[in-house]
Amino acid sequence: MTDEPDNPSESERSGLDHLPGLGNPETRRKFIQKLAGTSATLAISPIAFNIPGLEAVNTVAKTIASPEADSCDLHLQINGKGYEFAVDPRVTLLDALRERLHMTGTKKGCDHGQCGACTVLVNGRRINSCLTLALMHDGDEITTIEGLANGDELHPMQAAFIEQDGFQCGYCTPGQICSAVALLAENHANSDDEIREWMSGNICRCGAYPNILAAIKKAKGKT
Amino acid sequence: MTPFTYLRASDADWAIATISEHPQAKFLAGGTNLIDLMKMGAEAPARLIDINRLPFAQITELGDRGVRIGALARNSDVAEHQLIKSRYPVLSEALLAGASPQLRNMATVGGNLLQRTRCYYFYDPAFLECNKRKPGSGCGALEGFNRTHAILGQSEKCIATHPSDMCVAMAALEAVVRVRGPKGERGLKFEDFHRLPGSTPDCETNLEPDELIVAVDLPTMPFATRSHYLKVRDRASYAFALVSVAAALDIDPTKTIRAARVALGGVAHKPWRAHKAEKELTGKQADEKTFRAAADAELMVAKGYKYNSFKVELAKRAIVRVLTHVAT
Repeated sequence: MTDEPDNPSESERSGLDHLPGLGNPETRRKFIQKLAGTSATLAISPIAFNIPGLEAVNTVAKTIASPEADSCDLHLQINGKGYEFAVDPRVTLLDALRERLHMTGTKKGCDHGQCGACTVLVNGRRINSCLTLALMHDGDEITTIEGLANGDELHPMQAAFIEQDGFQCGYCTPGQICSAVALLAENHANSDDEIREWMSGNICRCGAYPNILAAIKKAKGKT
Repeated sequence: MTPFTYLRASDADWAIATISEHPQAKFLAGGTNLIDLMKMGAEAPARLIDINRLPFAQITELGDRGVRIGALARNSDVAEHQLIKSRYPVLSEALLAGASPQLRNMATVGGNLLQRTRCYYFYDPAFLECNKRKPGSGCGALEGFNRTHAILGQSEKCIATHPSDMCVAMAALEAVVRVRGPKGERGLKFEDFHRLPGSTPDCETNLEPDELIVAVDLPTMPFATRSHYLKVRDRASYAFALVSVAAALDIDPTKTIRAARVALGGVAHKPWRAHKAEKELTGKQADEKTFRAAADAELMVAKGYKYNSFKVELAKRAIVRVLTHVAT
């Protein structure tokens, strides 16, 4: 029932945007690297390298991107694997996961922090990935629904959701499961009411709440 | 979302200098409100200065049993902190009544102070009338759907409410907001931080454009161990307040109220410190009659609109209920 992660290919590890027409092995990042020293760098380097307070960075674009220099380098550690790529500063963590890394297990529901479908764990804490910019997470460790299972062995929470039929259409389920995994780690699953309150950030339009509650209690008993 | 320049600060003075030079810039902390507003088109900063890596996330003890909360402390960390839970339970309760666990893991104290109203006419630029978003354009809520709007301190220019729970508790606790600008640091009394709408609802706080919130200080208030937050809303969880009340009472052994601190949420453009209620409570017996009189005194000048007049009686009953809870 979980979305199998696409194993990151070499090109995904080193940069994701294939530039059609420039030949397959060419990536956006490599292409830009070839241009180093030309206009993109010249435009901003005189200020950027001398600004106190900015983190030391290997490229200007990592910390400074403007509409002219339209992307910034980013390193994310996702489900134990490192990914380096460049993003427009407007890209949310959710869109980086889905549209750039093709990890579509994390769902886009409302895109306004109101439904919880986009819940992922960042450095072990659950957050709404739709309301945070990918660039805010440079160097962070991210766990998505794709990272919960151990090979073919489901995470106890995933197994409990199947066993207790904790979903109908399944769209909110990755967010529910990520949220529930964090809930147990936070020790906020000590009564039915406490579970309901601390899962209130995850909306299920099918109304599978009783079974979600049962699944969380089941998983709690196992972990 | 309008394109912007993203800058990551690792030094507060640099962040302040940068925002001084670029009035169109905004500080980015948790992002839970600002990024949403940018998606809506209600905000379009030319630069975002990401301050998340500045060292302002600590919660530390101040001398004489006060507490300093760093501006970048996450809402969930403040709510669960032992110093807050033991000395200022009303603040912990207010934080846990707000948003969802995910959002509380992201949202910061400084960002919470600067939250924008959830007035539909402000939040969605499809509505043309909003004096807050576009000064001089009018107020869509005045004659529109105003069920969630203000009943105290509003003006004909704006009847929006402040959405925060945390700030209501901080108002009752007489917190001090520490801010840093190019000329140094200063403290603003909590009551002086947010503004009433008057004729300039676009101007929501007394923070200068080049100032950065660095901390909130909670003063010594031994009787705040006896405090409570009540939030009344359309759903049992994960909804903004229709009305909320934060209160702390200092009651002597003869059941006489030595001191009271009361603040209301969901009723005004800013967290509403209920001075009239406090005055009415002080020196009186801690009983329902006193609580009712205090509630009546505070809401005396309240004014409702077509869809929100119910808030006047709701606020009174919420005050009585919280005070009864605290006194028991």
